[in-house]
Amino acid sequence: MAETLLLVTELRKTFGALRATDGITLDVLAGETHAIIGPNGAGKTTLIAQLAGMLRPDSGRIRFAGEDITPLSAQARSRRGLARSFQITSIYRDFTALDNVALAVQAHAGHSFRFWRPAHEERALRQPAQAILNEVGLAARADVLAANLAHGEQRQLEVAMVLATGPRLLLLDEPVAGMGAEETQRMIEFLARLKGRQTMLLVEHDMDAVFSLADRISVLVYGRVIATGTPAEIRANADVRAAYLGEEVA
Amino acid sequence: MKRGTTLLIGTLLLFAAIPPIAGWLNEPFYLDLFRRVMIFAIAAASLNLILGYGGMVSFGHAAYLGVGGYAVGILAHYGIDNGYLQWAVAIGASAVVALAIGSISVRTSGIYFIMITLAFTQMLYYLGVSIEEFGGDDGLRLARRSQFGDLLDLANPTLFYYVVLAILVLVVFAIHRLVNSRFGMVIRAARSNEARTQAIGFSPYPYRLAAFVISGAICGLAGALLANHTSFLTPDFMHWTRSGEIMFMVILGGIATSAGPVLGASVLLLLEDLLSAWTVHWQIILGPFLVLVVLFARKGLAGLLARDERHG
Ligand SMILES: Nc1ncnc2c1ncn2[C@@H]1O[C@H](COP(=O)(O)OP(=O)(O)OP(=O)(O)O)[C@@H](O)[C@H]1O
Ligand SMILES: [Mg+2]
Repeated sequence: MAETLLLVTELRKTFGALRATDGITLDVLAGETHAIIGPNGAGKTTLIAQLAGMLRPDSGRIRFAGEDITPLSAQARSRRGLARSFQITSIYRDFTALDNVALAVQAHAGHSFRFWRPAHEERALRQPAQAILNEVGLAARADVLAANLAHGEQRQLEVAMVLATGPRLLLLDEPVAGMGAEETQRMIEFLARLKGRQTMLLVEHDMDAVFSLADRISVLVYGRVIATGTPAEIRANADVRAAYLGEEVA
Repeated sequence: MKRGTTLLIGTLLLFAAIPPIAGWLNEPFYLDLFRRVMIFAIAAASLNLILGYGGMVSFGHAAYLGVGGYAVGILAHYGIDNGYLQWAVAIGASAVVALAIGSISVRTSGIYFIMITLAFTQMLYYLGVSIEEFGGDDGLRLARRSQFGDLLDLANPTLFYYVVLAILVLVVFAIHRLVNSRFGMVIRAARSNEARTQAIGFSPYPYRLAAFVISGAICGLAGALLANHTSFLTPDFMHWTRSGEIMFMVILGGIATSAGPVLGASVLLLLEDLLSAWTVHWQIILGPFLVLVVLFARKGLAGLLARDERHG
């Protein structure tokens, strides 16, 4: 049995009267690809934001690698190995693709109170950044301004940045959102290659992607996890079919 | 060479050529005018570091001109005219004031940041007005320029001119190195996308604060130069319109470019001088000109004249 990397217990977050996170308990095992599915507004992004430290939960605890990280800031969590991608692409639009990734490398290469040497000339930053760009398929686009990349390429770039932080757990919020069919296919293939090497918590609407990638799936509805299980168990679960999957997998 | 760099070097060479030209034309006034331009270029370059690269819209940069200037003036008032000491105190005191203002303002952003920096500068301005010992409203006369022994005699206007030019070159180069270093990449990243910057593991605050302090210290040096330039200090060094003027130089010249502050200071001060000689209503002409530049050139004059510039 693999160790538990992330353990969320009784997490709650309300926005006014809305219970966006309504007592979520969830675990992610080391090495696992754990998918979270649920209808629009179920609270998936809200959960990711709390895990990444950008949103304070009202109550509940988050343990990561044996440590209670609930009070920690986003930056502190990143340093411990939690990395998130955003549902709405979040990159440095006015930097080149390579600069974007090199910054992520730099964030995990000691302090940055280094005032004189040009960061562009630091092989220790540029080489790993270039290697990760190659890995996600953006090798040829390294010197293009991120704003000038195609939408799908920007999503790939964000995943590259997230990977460049050397995370122990990847939090991916709809990595193929807004992508064309071909781009989607490429991203899913990439995640499939990553699977096993990299522990992932994957929020995704694309059911083909989820059922092919995930080891386990948790179904989120109205801020609650109504079921967790293997893809086969989730397919067979009557509650899930009634609440969410409906005819889609029938 | 990038066109922005060419533009910058061209302008600096022009500055270097002013003393012989002024001598040849027998117009010592130009020496005075361009020395003033260069001092403000230093102040604008310091503001550009935090405004252009760091996205921190300090509407109080005149504070450091004042602190730097008064550091020289007050020491001189008590008979201490050693230049090394005066300038070191000017830089140090500005850094301390910037640390105090920055530790409160840097955590905020947008309009709050602008208002806090403005409010502190107004406080210093009124402090300057109220302290009679140092001339209050009437100002403080500098009996002698800063003394550097036998090495430099700032009483020599041409020599003083080249000292200012050398400092300008040094400041522009140092800021260029700074914004391209690891440190510079962090403050630029935090300006570009703060949520992303935190998400990849940076804590932007200490870097931003450090940039704010460095910027204040450099502007304090400009203040020490300005005090020597005018030989006369008034609280108007710190007036909010002065802060606005420095900010305008940065925007006019082109934010987040090396050449921008130098071009902005040159064009604004030279236009002011030309137009005010020509008509008393010069502001009516200057105002719309500035608005047009801001509207049609996102990266100011540097952006217009050197479109290929990317990193300054
Ligand atoms: N900052 C906020 N303030 C108020 N309400 C919010 C806030 N953020 C999210 N919500 C609400 O919380 C609920 C959950 O939103 P969330 O974005 O987490 O859903 P989601 O599952 O990610 O949806 P989608 O599939 O559309 O991305 C929604 O009803 C949303 O309107
Ligand atoms: Mg969402």
